[in-house]
Amino acid sequence: MSANNDVIIDVKGLKKYYKGDEIKALDDITTTIKKGEVVAIIGPSGSGKSTFLRSLNLLEVPTDGTILFENTDITSPETNINVLRQKMGMVFQHFNLFPHLSVMDNMTLAPRKLLKMSKDDAEKKAKDLLKMVALEDRARAFPSQLSGGQKQRIAIVRALMMSPDVLLFDEPTSALDPEMVGEVLDVMKKLAQEGMTMAVVTHEMGFAREVASRVIFMENGRIALEGTPEEVFNNPSNERLKTFLAKVL
Amino acid sequence: MNYLLLATLAMPQWLQKLKSDFILNFVDDDRYMYIVKGLIVTAEVTFFATLLGIVLGALVAIIRSTHDKLAPTMRMGAPKVALKIVNAISQVYLTVIRGTPVVVQLMIAYFIIFVTSNNKVLIAVLAFGFNSGAYVAEIIRSGIMSIDNGQFEAGRSLGFNYAQTMIYIIIPQAFKNVLPALANEFIVLLKETSISGYVGLQDLARGGDVIRSRTYSAFMPLLAVAAIYLIIVMFFSKLVTMLERRLRNSER
Repeated sequence: MSANNDVIIDVKGLKKYYKGDEIKALDDITTTIKKGEVVAIIGPSGSGKSTFLRSLNLLEVPTDGTILFENTDITSPETNINVLRQKMGMVFQHFNLFPHLSVMDNMTLAPRKLLKMSKDDAEKKAKDLLKMVALEDRARAFPSQLSGGQKQRIAIVRALMMSPDVLLFDEPTSALDPEMVGEVLDVMKKLAQEGMTMAVVTHEMGFAREVASRVIFMENGRIALEGTPEEVFNNPSNERLKTFLAKVL
Repeated sequence: MNYLLLATLAMPQWLQKLKSDFILNFVDDDRYMYIVKGLIVTAEVTFFATLLGIVLGALVAIIRSTHDKLAPTMRMGAPKVALKIVNAISQVYLTVIRGTPVVVQLMIAYFIIFVTSNNKVLIAVLAFGFNSGAYVAEIIRSGIMSIDNGQFEAGRSLGFNYAQTMIYIIIPQAFKNVLPALANEFIVLLKETSISGYVGLQDLARGGDVIRSRTYSAFMPLLAVAAIYLIIVMFFSKLVTMLERRLRNSER
């Protein structure tokens, strides 16, 4: 096709309004996410970061605009969103592990039911991924037996079980005790180094600065500024960004 | 033999009265058979009404919660209209059943709807099943709604469709949460079937009442009936406690 080949997500004129058009959670967002990019989305609370991220796999249905995922318009009624979501992993602030299933079953449920992977293959893959996050001894544990950091690492590898083309992180460390933030960020860093395409809504400015290839600063449902971490953090030209960074850094 | 006579004579007055009462109410003319046959009818009606209630209740609960969860985001079209219609029917059903006494419903079923049929057990099963279904529906629906929406989103984000998310993720958790309430509904239903006598069905309660009307002695037959209900209820309560503990342990 065209030069679009390395673009994984292409967002054009994305709008999300509530109560008619009284509340503009997303107000005309246009951006792209390319293969291998790590995009950090930052901004004050209520700026629309999470709404934007959740729109990317249609957990929020936008009011207007288009989102192309690998050249398929996910907002179109003809699109089977369930199939596309298999290729877009998502990690939530509150982990959302399935409490009635063991770690192993949490991980193997989707690939076995949706990809028809055999039990042996799925468990082998799960074990490899558990090794990557240093939790291979917790395969038989239930979520209630895990710490917050462990839960989030399991949530990440559960998403990886589907071999997604992009991972969406919705404030993955915001619900964690401070001493557990590092272990989750380390896993994310490792994924970034392996070339995983990631979009991360985060309050961890250190992570954004160090790992992200691009930073999007949102305010009032708009992209106020985007650029490399150096451009955003070292020389903030935008007044609002300056105030925001002064508060969080 | 003389010893036996002596023993009888040595019994205090009230015990002798109790004994002759017992013989009069249960042994003479094989009157205990009223209790036995009544117990079988009660068990039959309760068992099949529970089954019907759970099937109907689950169906209505799924319709109602699917409507509440999906309808606001659905595009206009045939599926949305169909969902709205079945949801409206479900709501009428819930309102009417929960808004009228079960004894009136039973009598309407027997004397109006199924007036041509004389299968009293079947009519009771249908009446109690439809009644219980309304309560079970609200129990299961509250179970589904009590599951954190994040569970739902996690399922959908992995690529499961709505039905798969319900089956693999939401229902197993919801069922565990509502098990005590469902067991309670079963116990309520068991006791409610004691009004079957209103349509001439010879259930356990009616069996005791028939004995009373024959012997003009109320104490023994009615207390025996009460004791039997109590024992059954205690047995099932115990069973549910064990099952609950088992389900909870699977998460530890």
